[in-house]
Amino acid sequence: MTTENLLRVLSAIAAVVLGSGGIVVLFFVANWLVDRLPRNVRPRLLPLVYLAPAVLLLFIYLVVPSLRTFYLSFFDARSRNFVGLANYIFAFTDRGMLIAFRNNILWLVLVTGISVGLGLIIAVLVDRVKYEPLAKALIFLPMAISFVGASVIWRFIYAYNPPDVAQIGLLNAIVVSLGFEPVGWLVNRTVNNLALITIMIWLQTGFAMVLLSAAVKGIPKDVIEAARIDGANELQIFRRITVPMISSTIVVVATTIIVAVLKVFDIVFVMTGGLLDTDVIASRMIREMFNFRHFGRGSAIAVILLLAVVPVMLTNIKRFRQQEATR
Amino acid sequence: MPQFSKDNLKNNESVPLQRRFAPLFLCGLGLALVTACGRSPEATDGGENNDTRTVTVLGAVTGGQLDDLRAALAPFEEQTGIRIIYEGTDAFTTLLPIRVDSGNAPDVALFPQPGLMTEFIANGQMVPIDDFIEQEQLTQAFPEDWLALATFDDELYGVWLRAAVKSLVWYNPQQFAEQGYTVPTTWDEMIALSDRIVADGGTPWCLGVAAGDATGWVGTDWVEDIMLRTAGPEVYDQWVTNELPFDSPPVERAFTIFGEIARNPEYVPGGGVGALSTPFGDAIQGLFTEPPRCFLHRQGNFISAFIPDGVDVDEQVDIFPLPPIEPQFGTPILVGGDLFGVFNATPEAQALIEYLLTPTPHEIWASLGGFLSPHRQVPPEAYPDELTQRQAEILVNADVLRFDASDLMPSTVGTGTFWSGAVDYIAGSDLNRVLSRIQGSWPDPEEGVY
Repeated sequence: MTTENLLRVLSAIAAVVLGSGGIVVLFFVANWLVDRLPRNVRPRLLPLVYLAPAVLLLFIYLVVPSLRTFYLSFFDARSRNFVGLANYIFAFTDRGMLIAFRNNILWLVLVTGISVGLGLIIAVLVDRVKYEPLAKALIFLPMAISFVGASVIWRFIYAYNPPDVAQIGLLNAIVVSLGFEPVGWLVNRTVNNLALITIMIWLQTGFAMVLLSAAVKGIPKDVIEAARIDGANELQIFRRITVPMISSTIVVVATTIIVAVLKVFDIVFVMTGGLLDTDVIASRMIREMFNFRHFGRGSAIAVILLLAVVPVMLTNIKRFRQQEATR
Repeated sequence: MPQFSKDNLKNNESVPLQRRFAPLFLCGLGLALVTACGRSPEATDGGENNDTRTVTVLGAVTGGQLDDLRAALAPFEEQTGIRIIYEGTDAFTTLLPIRVDSGNAPDVALFPQPGLMTEFIANGQMVPIDDFIEQEQLTQAFPEDWLALATFDDELYGVWLRAAVKSLVWYNPQQFAEQGYTVPTTWDEMIALSDRIVADGGTPWCLGVAAGDATGWVGTDWVEDIMLRTAGPEVYDQWVTNELPFDSPPVERAFTIFGEIARNPEYVPGGGVGALSTPFGDAIQGLFTEPPRCFLHRQGNFISAFIPDGVDVDEQVDIFPLPPIEPQFGTPILVGGDLFGVFNATPEAQALIEYLLTPTPHEIWASLGGFLSPHRQVPPEAYPDELTQRQAEILVNADVLRFDASDLMPSTVGTGTFWSGAVDYIAGSDLNRVLSRIQGSWPDPEEGVY
């Protein structure tokens, strides 16, 4: 047993050394080889040599699996028989999938809207207080917690005990002390989705705030002073100057959060297991793929998820290009 | 912003750096070689016994139970000199098909339930046990019911190791004596007892359904137990294969009887919401609080591991079999269990199966506790405490034995819509809608998704 463990540790070390060191060595060797070549070829070849490993790795680990997923999405559970669009028809007609789509839209609107909105308000407000670093640190803190860790924390907040037993959940302790019946936050269908979304907002607001706060600080002071002299009140400054001037940061933050929300499955998995109408597309994909081992459906959902992210990425790239052009 | 100009790329300071990194690279390569050698089983034994005969086993048993399993298999290794290379994994259901499909199947696999075997058997990837074991040897080792559970197309594919008895009701005899309650022998008596507990100001049932991403199995176990008692084993078997659809009256009746307990806030602390919010392992604690939060708890034998510290197991814990509903079906017992199946019938694998048919491994693990064996020749005295002996007795005396239906159904249903349907029903959803949804999710038999 001990030799087994020792060997495992050694292979881990070897993997790290080879993984990181090997790439460095690869670059140096390639560089050295290019240097042997005639002077006029070198500048043209060198960028290719430097890009090739990354492109190759992306091809092997991203492009090939994506294409294969797309291919598998037209086959049955065990990837044996061609089934045409059956998996996609399932994805867009199954009741559970429709609920997952509905929930994802709810997640997208609420998490993105509230995280960015709250982040923006906090960013503007903390700009004016002395204890700004402390306030920002506290709000940013959840960002350092993994989704699963956050879910465990929130389990305690949402915990439910029967009415005649002491409540250990924070929310239910408050509810009961106000004289109401305890609420099954994760079980009651009217609130369970909002309960999960709240966790994501708690995690993402700090991220939005930090980036937006940096952008707010980047607004030239003279513009704001000029507006004040012209008689603009604080709300007008916020609406007419702050928001337009940091709009590109807002878009970047919003798209990043949108992509994060589309990928979320851990919170759902840990908190409710997707039961009682709380499934989202990504958690549904995991379940189809690994619990039910229906590779066709799992792949079809993965393709849909990928296609849903593409417009967001395109907006981001387009925006980025425009910025580069105006710079 | 730092930028890579062409000048940067052209300059040649990389050469000395490359020399500096070279030893590191070689060192890494060396380590990789060392560990690569270390992977092969011969090398870990010092390389001297290259001719050691081995049998590879892949199983779902991990953690503390793995030590028990090793102890149970130790005499085999000593007697035969055959080494068992056991690989335990939590991802058994995902890993095994990958290993088999890639031509790297273990010689023997320890399945957590027989349902997972069907696909391999259909593909002709497993070897029937009766190909190399005499029928007589099998019937001497296991009761007919257990052999039937591992038989597919008239051929036996599994040798049992561990049994789980699910149809048990746990109670606290001290509380029962104090309140003057008696153990019910029929379902009606049990419901009358429940009503009496309510009249006395108590709550009868401890029920916890939450189990992370496996939430729902407690509910489906209940429904299966009731199905066996109301519809009988034959209808139950039809239900498992969907010959009897989910939206048929017998299934509806089983769900309804379950709902009369699970959805009743007078019967279960917090009603359906309380049941769904309570982790399955916590529910039994209600028996031992003062005053007791609940008096009865239906759960499998494995729940004994969740009995809180400080409880006097001899005085405060006892069990009775879940009582019958329709008298003609008697007291059926719902079971689960682990069984060995063979992929490569090497002489070593055959020897291992022969050994597993002897009572030795079963008695060893039984003596370690927390284990029940379906083996005929394991005497009650092999179990370390009275409670386990009682469970073994209930198992042996069962009128009818059936395997957990959700484990036998296609996973889309058995771990999917049946689980979520049970949860939806406990939460208060309309039963007809729940049942038609489960029925609608039953996969096309053509696809063979089992």
